[in-house]
Amino acid sequence: MAKKKTITAEEVETVASEAVAEMVEPAVEAAVAAPVEETATKTVEEAEETAVTEVKESEPLDPEAILEVRNLKKYFPVQTDFFGRPTKYLKAVDDVSFKIKRGTTLGIVGESGCGKTTLGRTILRLQPATGGEIYFDGLDINTLKTKELNKLRPSMQIIFQDPYSSLSPRMPIGEIIGEAVAEHKLVPKSELKEYVLDIMKKCGLPHHYYERYPHEFSGGQRQRICIATALALQPKFVVCDEPVSALDVSIQAQIINLLKDLQEDMGLTYIFISHDLSVVEHISDYVGVMYLGSMVEYATTADIFDHPMHPYTEALFSAVPVPDPKVKMHRIILSGDIPSPINAPSGCKFHTRCSRCMDICKEVAPKFKDYGNGHMVACHLYSQDDETPAE
Amino acid sequence: MLFKKKENNLPAGEKKKNVHYLTGKETREIAKSNNRRIRELEKKKRMHVSEADYTTTMRDDNNIVEFDDLHTHFFTDAGVVKAVDGVSFDIPKGATVGVVGESGCGKSVTSLSLMRLVQGPMGQIVGGSIRFNFGDGKAYDIAKMPMSDMRKIRGEKIAMIFQEPMTSLNPVFKIGYQMDEMVLLHTPNCTKDQAKARSIEMLQLVGIAAPERVYGCYPHELSGGMRQRVMIAIALSCNPKLIVADEPTTALDVTIQAQILDLLREIKAKIDGSVMLITHDLGVIAEMADYVVVMYAGRVIECGTTEEIFDNPLHPYTIGLQHSKPVVNRKVDRLYNIPGQVPNPINMPDFCYFKDRCDRCVGKCSGEYPAFVQVSPTHKVACYLYEEKTNSEE
Amino acid sequence: MNETEKLENENISSAEETVNETAGTEAVEEVSIADSVRALSPTRLVIKRFFRSKLSIIGLIMIIGLFLFSFIGPIFSPYQEGVADYSTDRMNVVTTKMEYVVDGETYVCYKVEKTPMAVDRKAPVSWEHWLGTDGDGMDVLTQTMYGGRISLTISFIVVILEMLIGVILGGLAGYFGGWVDTLIMRIVDIFSCLPDLPIMLIIGAVLDGMKIPARDRIYYMMVFITLLGWIGVARLVRGQILSLREQEFMVSATARGLSTKRKIFRHLIPNVMPHLIVTMTLGLGGVILMESTLSYLNLGVPKPYAAWGSMISAVDKDSSILQYYFNVWGPPGICIVLAVLGFNFIGDGLRDAFDPKSRK
Repeated sequence: MAKKKTITAEEVETVASEAVAEMVEPAVEAAVAAPVEETATKTVEEAEETAVTEVKESEPLDPEAILEVRNLKKYFPVQTDFFGRPTKYLKAVDDVSFKIKRGTTLGIVGESGCGKTTLGRTILRLQPATGGEIYFDGLDINTLKTKELNKLRPSMQIIFQDPYSSLSPRMPIGEIIGEAVAEHKLVPKSELKEYVLDIMKKCGLPHHYYERYPHEFSGGQRQRICIATALALQPKFVVCDEPVSALDVSIQAQIINLLKDLQEDMGLTYIFISHDLSVVEHISDYVGVMYLGSMVEYATTADIFDHPMHPYTEALFSAVPVPDPKVKMHRIILSGDIPSPINAPSGCKFHTRCSRCMDICKEVAPKFKDYGNGHMVACHLYSQDDETPAE
Repeated sequence: MLFKKKENNLPAGEKKKNVHYLTGKETREIAKSNNRRIRELEKKKRMHVSEADYTTTMRDDNNIVEFDDLHTHFFTDAGVVKAVDGVSFDIPKGATVGVVGESGCGKSVTSLSLMRLVQGPMGQIVGGSIRFNFGDGKAYDIAKMPMSDMRKIRGEKIAMIFQEPMTSLNPVFKIGYQMDEMVLLHTPNCTKDQAKARSIEMLQLVGIAAPERVYGCYPHELSGGMRQRVMIAIALSCNPKLIVADEPTTALDVTIQAQILDLLREIKAKIDGSVMLITHDLGVIAEMADYVVVMYAGRVIECGTTEEIFDNPLHPYTIGLQHSKPVVNRKVDRLYNIPGQVPNPINMPDFCYFKDRCDRCVGKCSGEYPAFVQVSPTHKVACYLYEEKTNSEE
Repeated sequence: MNETEKLENENISSAEETVNETAGTEAVEEVSIADSVRALSPTRLVIKRFFRSKLSIIGLIMIIGLFLFSFIGPIFSPYQEGVADYSTDRMNVVTTKMEYVVDGETYVCYKVEKTPMAVDRKAPVSWEHWLGTDGDGMDVLTQTMYGGRISLTISFIVVILEMLIGVILGGLAGYFGGWVDTLIMRIVDIFSCLPDLPIMLIIGAVLDGMKIPARDRIYYMMVFITLLGWIGVARLVRGQILSLREQEFMVSATARGLSTKRKIFRHLIPNVMPHLIVTMTLGLGGVILMESTLSYLNLGVPKPYAAWGSMISAVDKDSSILQYYFNVWGPPGICIVLAVLGFNFIGDGLRDAFDPKSRK
């Protein structure tokens, strides 16, 4: 009797899922994208508008880049009118573009609410993007069908911040790590256990953890399990969403070293999202600084830490406490709090807290431009004396 | 009964595999001994204690708080967790003492013991004393004080700032109400208007630009940084002599953290009190503290002035901790990494708790827990590596 | 495809050797101190927490007792369900008073007739009938046992059916959201508008009118109680799944490209289970009450089949039973109280045991 029931349940479920998949995918995207595009064109400055079209038409894909993000937008409706049409948006990610070379690490820093986590999830299409393109290995992730996307999933993985909620509490470790491997048939069934034990060993987990449950582990070990879960799928690209923020200092170092080792061994590409600048500096090759959903500065790690150009980057870097009592830093203390991303300030979003704010900052949003060596900044301070177009 | 039977049915091989788990018999034994201890301690807590019984004298009158061999244990299902296991250190008047350590090292429990806020009946102060300099030559032992008398100290003499500004304010009351409440409770013969004036003054003191507006706000209308400012304002409203700040900036962004740290420093100078700063961030400690106490697995392993700890760290754990955190503008190829994990302090063996993770172990480390070695008048370390040195010098 | 896989595998295995040097030493050391602390296994943790509460132990004993009583008990009973006891040597004593008027004086005569009783009606408590017999001459103890069978069986089947419907519909609504959610939740809204008891009264009358055989009425009843009861489960499951869906392990499951089927059945349902088990246990008591109410109103299990509710309803037909024969209506009443209390105690105990954030 029980068997019969489960079968019917599955049938119902699969039928429904197919129906929903068909219904939801195009419908939702169309529904979400269409009105947003409209409002976006209304609100966004004309200057940006032209910039968008330029990029779209001219630039071919960079063959060196594993991931290229162009004008990515992710808006969440926060207010709807009577008919359920959104009237107000939270612009979590607002027109962000960048690319990552194979085998390198891009660090993304910013304060809470700047949209760095949303960026990470939108890139992997864990949430549908509102606009823009994401090219992963030459494929536009935004336009892929669900089936194609699922095929692509193993090669792009994510590691979460909270190792406590990112493991299903009622499954033993071995099954958690192995389930997706079995699903994608990466190894034959008979070798699955061996393969999982192998991955566990690589991530520094002893084999007898195989049958234990997540609640028995400390944060550091859970994070190792999460890493093992992601890496078991042999990804090429991993989004690390604050993987060490919830961990103790000594464990942080272990996890960072582990991530670095694995990168070297497996040729991984990372996006490393963190609010901890020292960690980002240590692990990244490139750093992008985000503020209220926009990227304000992007450069190589050495470049950005030696010569931060954007006033926000400067303030952010100077605020990091240094574990040395003799170093007395001249700190730039920003006044006030981060404005709400729902009512982001006009013009340059940072102008409300900027000590070097000019009149133009309040009205015109600065363009994100290259000022040599691939050091991209969005600030009017530099655009005045230097009008050379990007590349 | 039910599960014991199951266990016996298991073949020998499987039984071995489950060695990680406690057997039914063991858990029952643990529960039995826990119950007995808890009952004893709770009974003691309820007994009437006169003021004379908990009055003591300070070892040094310049200290505001002296922890002396404090033991705080938690009686859990898996065994007794010695969260604080013989902690001794002083907080001098007018100084900032930073307590550093990883999660589970007992730093928060130490501060909760000081406030007598350890969650009973599981958590109990089982031994040692916390001497608090009450002023006018009086000193009380907080560990022996009855709960009813603690109100004289909590809030009024010692104020606490918690880690989570989001949850430490009651969401259904206005900021003003919560601030006035505190003032009214601790100030005799205080009218509502006086309380309001005091609250607004405090909000001004913590650098809130529009105190009247914030006074009428609900907590959810404020950002994290503002809420932490309000928490500090509440803590300050009764002129405490000691502020216990339990990870006050961990939940905040760096730019906001910089603001709050600045504020704490300013305020300490203004009220001329002491600060006990608990954090895991060495950067914050280096910037704020005069003295540093490093804790590991419920014990103090090293303490000294900030300069001593940062320039001349002695304990392998302190050294490891400092090396394992990357520092901006200081490039290293590979981070130093302390192997293993922070131990869960149940049934701790009687040797140096750090032995398993230490890379400078000597033969003596397998012996009993190392005693403190006085390196300088202010600098102490619990490690055998230095005992030999001082001995040979003698 | 295979070629590339092989290549990648080789890459990994060669890479492994280099990692092993660094990670291997760590792993060995990790065993030492982290594993020195012994934990409780997940199942034992739940069992331990459950047995910590005295009430849940009492509840468990009550329910186990009732089950033994209802399912094993009848084997030892010499009487059968719905069969009156004809074998009796009790006599029917009929006393008739007669008045005669002779010469202006009135004489009262009593005529005492003694006839053998055909059916052992309203027998007192005795060795033959431990709890006496009811108005129809059936053994109360045996009837209570059989009544327990029906009540407990109905409650379990109804709750399991409710759970199946609730999990499927609630799960669909919670997981897919959008119009599926709207549709299912509106159906739930409509069902929750229906008043249970009047509907059951109407259905009872309809069943009477359709002359449904007594034996089948039980099944109809189960169906209708289920139809009215699944909405609570559906709401619970939907809410749980909505909150679980946002958890990072579900996002991680999506990121790993797991199939919808696996996400629902391996990730969501096991995490909803604890809540479900608690609600179901608490629901068991509710169904027993509902069934008893209906039987009392003669809408449920009819005679000669015994049910606790219909046994109590004997007081309705013969008012002397309420007054003089506690042994007829008392035992089934006590059984209902015990069953409902027992299920509630177990449910509360399970809730505390499953909830890691509960007091201890």
